[in-house]
Amino acid sequence: MAARGCGGVWRQAWQRGAGGPGPGPGPSPRGQRAVACNAKGGAVPAGKRGLAPWIPVVGLEIHAQISSNSKLFSGSQVQFAAPPNSLVSFFDASLPGTLPVLNRRCVEAAVMTGLALNCSINKKSLFDRKHYFYADLPAGYQITQQRVPIAVNGSLSYSLCIDNKMSQMVTKTVRIKQIQLEQDSGKSLHDDARSQTLVDLNRAGVGLMEVVMEPDMCCGEEAAAAVRELQLILQTLGSSQAVMAEGQLRVDANVSVHHPGEPYGVRTEVKNINSIRFLAKAVDYEIQRQIEELENGGTILNETRAFDSKLGCTVPMRDKEGKQDYRFMPEPNLPPLILYDAKSLPANMNHQQVINIDWIQERLPDLPSVKREKLVEQYGILPEHSFTLLNEDGLAEFFESVVKQTQMKPKKVIGWILNDLLSYLKEHSLTVKESPVSSFLLADLLNLLEKKEISSTAAKQVLAELWKGEGKTPLEIVKEQKLGLLQDQKELEQICQAVIDGQENEVIMMVPG
Amino acid sequence: AVLKGRLRSQVSAALKEGQVTPTELCQRCLALIKSTKFLNAYITVAEETALKQAEESEERYKRGQPLGILDGIPIAVKDNFNTAGIETTCASNMLKGYISPYNATVVQKLLDQGAVLLGKTNLDEFAMGSGSTDGVFGPVRNPWSYSKQYKEKSVPKSHSEDEESNWVITGGSSGGSAAAVSSFTCFAALGSDTGGSTRNPAAHCGVVGLKPTYGLISRHGLIPLVNSMDVPGILTRCVDDAAVLLGSLAGHDPKDSTTVQDDFKPFELPNLTDVSQLAIGIPKEYNAPGLSSEILALWSKAADLFKNAGAKVVEVSLPHTCYSIVCYHVLCTAEVASNMARFDGLEYGHRSDKKDSTESMYAATRREGFNDVVRGRILSGNYFLLKQNYEKYFVKAQKVRRLIANDFVEVFRSGVDILLTPTTLSDAAPYTEFIQEDNRTRSAQDDVLTQAANMAGLPAISVPTALSERGLPVGLQFIGRSFQEKQLLTVAKWFEKQVQFPMIQLEEVKRHDDGVFQHQKSASFS
Repeated sequence: MAARGCGGVWRQAWQRGAGGPGPGPGPSPRGQRAVACNAKGGAVPAGKRGLAPWIPVVGLEIHAQISSNSKLFSGSQVQFAAPPNSLVSFFDASLPGTLPVLNRRCVEAAVMTGLALNCSINKKSLFDRKHYFYADLPAGYQITQQRVPIAVNGSLSYSLCIDNKMSQMVTKTVRIKQIQLEQDSGKSLHDDARSQTLVDLNRAGVGLMEVVMEPDMCCGEEAAAAVRELQLILQTLGSSQAVMAEGQLRVDANVSVHHPGEPYGVRTEVKNINSIRFLAKAVDYEIQRQIEELENGGTILNETRAFDSKLGCTVPMRDKEGKQDYRFMPEPNLPPLILYDAKSLPANMNHQQVINIDWIQERLPDLPSVKREKLVEQYGILPEHSFTLLNEDGLAEFFESVVKQTQMKPKKVIGWILNDLLSYLKEHSLTVKESPVSSFLLADLLNLLEKKEISSTAAKQVLAELWKGEGKTPLEIVKEQKLGLLQDQKELEQICQAVIDGQENEVIMMVPG
Repeated sequence: AVLKGRLRSQVSAALKEGQVTPTELCQRCLALIKSTKFLNAYITVAEETALKQAEESEERYKRGQPLGILDGIPIAVKDNFNTAGIETTCASNMLKGYISPYNATVVQKLLDQGAVLLGKTNLDEFAMGSGSTDGVFGPVRNPWSYSKQYKEKSVPKSHSEDEESNWVITGGSSGGSAAAVSSFTCFAALGSDTGGSTRNPAAHCGVVGLKPTYGLISRHGLIPLVNSMDVPGILTRCVDDAAVLLGSLAGHDPKDSTTVQDDFKPFELPNLTDVSQLAIGIPKEYNAPGLSSEILALWSKAADLFKNAGAKVVEVSLPHTCYSIVCYHVLCTAEVASNMARFDGLEYGHRSDKKDSTESMYAATRREGFNDVVRGRILSGNYFLLKQNYEKYFVKAQKVRRLIANDFVEVFRSGVDILLTPTTLSDAAPYTEFIQEDNRTRSAQDDVLTQAANMAGLPAISVPTALSERGLPVGLQFIGRSFQEKQLLTVAKWFEKQVQFPMIQLEEVKRHDDGVFQHQKSASFS
């Protein structure tokens, strides 16, 4: 079962294991010994040199910015790309004498996320200060949850396809160690030319959920699939917008490799990953690099590396000042965070002052996995299609809306959605919401097709016309361009006669022949 | 006479009846501040805004709509509370010239009730000290140094040396506030109390110093020393006035998550006539090494006073008291290290010219901005917080803190209502003598009787009791149950009435006061 769960990248970089059912070991492009991870998270030796195989181990630390109107401990607004330092309260600028006041919404978002990730929610969690000096950390410490985080011991199931074939999907689970609430830092902009640093504190103090995933993954694709599923869950919950490009979801990967039966190797932390695609690349590169390094007799340093997306490789980050001792200390200005459930909820308690875990649990929306199941069940579409539908924001809703407005069978509709609509959108880098063709128009078109008023070829032509977004209905386009299928026998005869009449010479030539 | 009066009974009535106007009152206080400038009690005098506030108050009185007892009352605030538009320095180079954009909750509450903010009072840098001698603006002089009582009893080596070498410290770190109240330049003042910083100078300056229960008064806007122990303190001339201030300041503040949720009902103190139902505890551990025999005698006399009036007086034990001061220092320095981290020269405050790198700028800024005491505490605090030391020092100190708090719980559970202890080991030391020891040693000695109440979060009050043989004030401390301020202050008021502490006789100041007052009066008529 070699290479299970690992896609093209793996096959290019590493050979298949000898024990695998796939094609036999082939030359690896970079000529080193190969490793592949399988569905069970193991590794198989390349067999070429008969050396022990390598097992890559990948864990993730994910910072998800909480979607909230105001920051974690202050009333300043949270907004992306606002003018620098326009969203900074006295507390955010750490003016002396200011105190943190916990934002209820952020706590609720973390509880929701914890529940969605099957965590146990701690009824009592604590805040701590983590100290380090940095220009965009005005207080000199970050308020986080080091000792007792809000949620622990969860799991996340995610699916990925084998050998890049959508038809072969496996489901895996990664354990969630904990979710902790903490403050975001500001942003430093280094102006090397004038050798100065500009600090923007708009982001300082925005609420983050740090989700720590146990090292249960073994390749970039698994990491990417896990993060994608988390992203979908966060977006479904609304606890984070989780847009990586806007920094609302930041992923650090801990990567190490070791031989079977041996303890985990020294790990590196890869930062600066700003898309899911780059996450897969960065992790795979780092695994590869470590194996190469070790095979060549080198050692792996416990270091932080940055992914350079242009070069497609990881490079050591300039170490700030050696090993930091964060001098953790309880945050004295925040009492323990106490949460309740239906059982422990005190009577006569002001509802504004308490958070009831059960209440939140009851109101959790359908998670992506449930939504997919429902789509498959309700519309008879393939499971892999349900993944695609959920992967694009709003696509499942679009699909359902079209299905509702047309007589065409969902199984047929899905083809139009995935092949035509989606590829057009991708080609033009549009979101579903930006689609020039609404679900209503598409349904209209599919209805014409379903009623056999136009041919499938003509339908594509109409669709091509609809993309222009000129406000015409499919029927108008059909009429204008005369794309309708002729249902009237006489009319058809007339047309044929006209053609024959117009081509007398040819007809004459043909008749005797 | 009004200047030396008490709030509820005298000053408020005089204002109401128009015997004196808020503006007159404010002017007199300002004049007195000028004539007592040598005390160095104030860092900033906010003359202009004070007069404006007084004028507004006057309008309210004219309309017959004063905001309450505090309307038109001149007060002073320790310079570690944020005051919008008025410099807040913490007596440190780090914040020299710093003007906060907001008012501390307690300051806002006072202003909202019509109080007139005269200015900001002197302290040890960032409230780290017990003498009010370690601020960047120089030491505060105890007004009693210039009292008839002290001058009569102290034996100067030579007449010329008298004033320059014989003056005594105020205690601290709220020494400026204590001196301000004691010298009649204001009617009440805010201090802060982390390990005794309100009660200690109150005792040395002969005024009442109240440290309320932790969480009863908002700390929002108080520049922190130790967040888990800091409490805004109240300095007044009498216990009744302390109750007035407490009533105006206490209660939940949404900006401070450590304040109590419940609303606070202001109270007037009853005149206790019968103390026979009262159980006074005398903790034997407070007979600490270094306690002067004079204070010991006074303490036992006070106990007798209660006993003779029919109260039950029992010796009790707080067995972990002797560990308290070391644990206090560990926890205090750890939080100091953390709280001071924000002073990096970037957002506000002093910034060094050294700009080779961000790190070197930080280092130079902090070296230039903080004095040795602050830097020393930051250093030791960071040491205690290091990963390898955290369990050994910080966690252990926290555990002992719990034991200390439990000691009090046990004693109160045994039926004791109030504890009676000395506030200080001795009367105020002459400045020249005080600075022989370093700040750390001094703080360890001076906080020994007071910091346990902070460790346990309990309310405590120092009440001026008598004059020492040298003619200097001595205070005794009452410690009460959590949030039982009313009981604590009621007992303190009874005690205050019994001891009849003498009023300070400021010969020099009096002379200045009359002169300036007449000058002002004529000026206003011309």
